[in-house]
Amino acid sequence: MDFSAISVVSLLATLMVAATPILLAAIGELVTEKSGVLNLGVEGMMIFGAICGFIAAVETGSPLIGFIAAAAGSAALSFLFAILTQYLLANQVASGLALTLFGLGLAALLGHQYTGIKPPSSPKLDLPILSDLPVVGPILFNHDYMIYFSILLVAGVWYFLKFTRKGLVLRAVGENHDAAHALGYKVIRIRILAIMFGGACAGLGGAYLSLIRVPQWTEGMTAGAGWIALAIVVFASWKPWRIILGAYLFGGVTILQLNLQAVGVDIPVSYLSMAPYLVTIIVLVIMSADRKRASLNAPASLGRIFHASN
Amino acid sequence: MIRLEPRTEPSRAMIALTPILAVLATMIAGGFLFSALGKNPIEAIRMIFWDPVLGEHAFYYRGQILVKAAPLIMIALGLSFGFRAGIWNIGAEGQFIMGGVIGAAAGLALYPSESIFVFPIMLIAGTLGGLLWALIPAYLKIKFNANEILVSLMLVYVAFNFLAGMVTGPLRDPDGFNFPESRSFQQWDAASNPELIAGSGIHWGVLVTMGLVIVAYILLTRHIFGFHIRLAGQSPRAAKFGGVNPNKMVAICLGLSGALAGMAGLYEVTGPAGKLTTTFPLGYGFTAIIVAFLGRLHPIGILLAGLLLAVTYVGGDVIQANLSLPKASIQVFQGMLLFFLLAVDVLVHFRIRFKRGL
Repeated sequence: MDFSAISVVSLLATLMVAATPILLAAIGELVTEKSGVLNLGVEGMMIFGAICGFIAAVETGSPLIGFIAAAAGSAALSFLFAILTQYLLANQVASGLALTLFGLGLAALLGHQYTGIKPPSSPKLDLPILSDLPVVGPILFNHDYMIYFSILLVAGVWYFLKFTRKGLVLRAVGENHDAAHALGYKVIRIRILAIMFGGACAGLGGAYLSLIRVPQWTEGMTAGAGWIALAIVVFASWKPWRIILGAYLFGGVTILQLNLQAVGVDIPVSYLSMAPYLVTIIVLVIMSADRKRASLNAPASLGRIFHASN
Repeated sequence: MIRLEPRTEPSRAMIALTPILAVLATMIAGGFLFSALGKNPIEAIRMIFWDPVLGEHAFYYRGQILVKAAPLIMIALGLSFGFRAGIWNIGAEGQFIMGGVIGAAAGLALYPSESIFVFPIMLIAGTLGGLLWALIPAYLKIKFNANEILVSLMLVYVAFNFLAGMVTGPLRDPDGFNFPESRSFQQWDAASNPELIAGSGIHWGVLVTMGLVIVAYILLTRHIFGFHIRLAGQSPRAAKFGGVNPNKMVAICLGLSGALAGMAGLYEVTGPAGKLTTTFPLGYGFTAIIVAFLGRLHPIGILLAGLLLAVTYVGGDVIQANLSLPKASIQVFQGMLLFFLLAVDVLVHFRIRFKRGL
C-alpha cells in the first residue's frame, strides 16, 4: 500500500468530474421540488438521458448534440410524469417510482446495441497560461465545458429563484398552491415546466456520465446517482449554492474511495464501494434530525396534489 | 372540454376494472413498442402473455411461473401494508438480498450437518436478516426523521456490495475454484428447498406464500391492525386521535415487509437460485412494488397481480430466446404497466365529464 501514490491535485480535479452528474440532476430536482412537486424518477430520467445522449453523440459524432438530445429526451420522459401527477392527479411517490422503473428498462432496451462503443470525446477548456499553471491549472482551468456549465446553471437557478418575479411565482406555487391559484397563477402549467426543467437537467447529468465521466454505455450505469441527487436536495435544504457543496462532498467520497481501491488498501473493493451510499444515509440523517428546521426549509406543498375546484 | 368531477365515494367497479384496463393499455402500447423495434407486435404479445401459460412449450414454462410468482407475491404482501399507511419501503430488493445472505451464512456455518434443523435455522436467520435490514430505515425515520424512501433505497446498493463482498470472501465455496459463489444448497439435502412436485415449480416458498395470502387477508380485513393501517393511510390525524402510534406503525410496516422480503430471499437462494451469487437478485424487490399497486394493495389482488407479472417475467425469457430481444424489454413492459395503472386510477376517484364550451 502506498498512499503517496494518491495525488491531491488529481484528486481534486477528478472530484469535480465525479460530482457533476449528481450536481446537474440535483439542481434540476431542486427547481421541481421548489414548485411543490416531488419527482422520485430522477434515476430513471438520468439513465434515459445517458443513453439518449450517448446514441445521439455516437451517431452524429458531436458531444454537444448528445447533450442536447439527452436534455430533450429526459424532458420528454418527465412530461409523462407531469401528465400523471398534474392532469391525472396520481400519487407522486408511485408515479416517480414508475418513471424510474420505466426509464431503466427503456434505456437498457435502447442501449443494448451500444455497449462497448466509445463516444466522441468532449473538448476541454484550454486557456493560455491559466490552464498550464501548476496545481491551480488542472483543478480549475482544465476541465470539459459541462463542468463550468453546471456551475453557471446553479448560479442561474439561484438568481432566478431569488431575484426574478417568475422565480417568486414558482416558489409561491410550491409553498401554497391554493393561494397561488387564487391569485390567478397557472399552478399546473408552472409545475409542468418545473418538472420538465428537472427532467432536462437529470438528462444532462446522465449524459455527462455516459459521455465524459465513464465514458461508455453500460446497463444500469447510473447506479443510484439519481437517488443520491434526491438526497443532496435535502442536504442542501433546498438552497442552490449548497447543492454544489453537497455534490462535491459526494464526488470527494467517491473519488477517495476509488483511489483507496487503486492503491490497494486492505479492505475488499465491495466494502469500499458502499461508502457513497453510506455517506448519503449519514448526511440525510444529520440534515433531517432537526425536525423544525427541516420542515421550515422544505416547500410547504411538496408532494401534495392540486386540483382546482373552481 | 374535459373536466374531472370528484366522486363522493371511490367507485367500486372502477377499483376492479382499472387494473384490467391498465393491462390492456400496456398490451397495446407494448405492441407499438415491438413494432417500432421491427418485430411482429401480435406475435410478441402472444409470446409474453399466452405462450408461458397455454403455448406449445407451456409445460416447461408453467413451473417457472410459480417459481417467479412466489417471491413477488410474498414481498408485495409485506409492502402493501406499508403502502396503505403511507410508509414507503422501496428497498425490498436490499432486504431480499440480506435475507439470502444472512440465511445462507447461518446455514454454511453448520455445513456439512445433515440435521433437520439446518433449514429452519436458515429460514429464521434469513427472515431476521431482512427484518433487521428494514428496521434501519425505520429507526432512522423514527429517531431522526430521515426519509425512509431514500434510506431504504440506498441500503439496496449497500446490500448488493455486501453480497459481492461475501461471495468473494467469507462465504466463497472453498472447493469452488475461486468462483465468486457459495457452496451449492441444492446438493446439500439439509439446506435445500427442492421442487416438491416435479415440473410444477412448487417449492416450500410457494406453499408458504399461499398461506401468507390468507393470513394477510384476515389481518387486513378482520384484525385491528388492518383497521389501524387503513385508518393511518386514509386519515393520519384521525388515526392519531384513535390511538394509533405513528412511530410504531413505521416500525411494524417496515419490519413486516423486510421480514417477508428476507424470507423470500432465503427461499430463492436455497431453491431456484441454488447458491449465493451476485446474480441471484433478479429485481423481484422492485417488481413487487408494481405487483402491490396492480393488486390494489389487497391480498387477493396481489395474488393475481403476482401471477400476471410472473407470466411477463417468463414471457420475457420467451421473447429473449425467440425474438432476440434483450431482457430489458420486459422491464419496459412492467414500467409501462405501472404507468397506465396510475393513469387510469383517476377513474376511481373522479368522473370524467365532457362539456361543450366553458
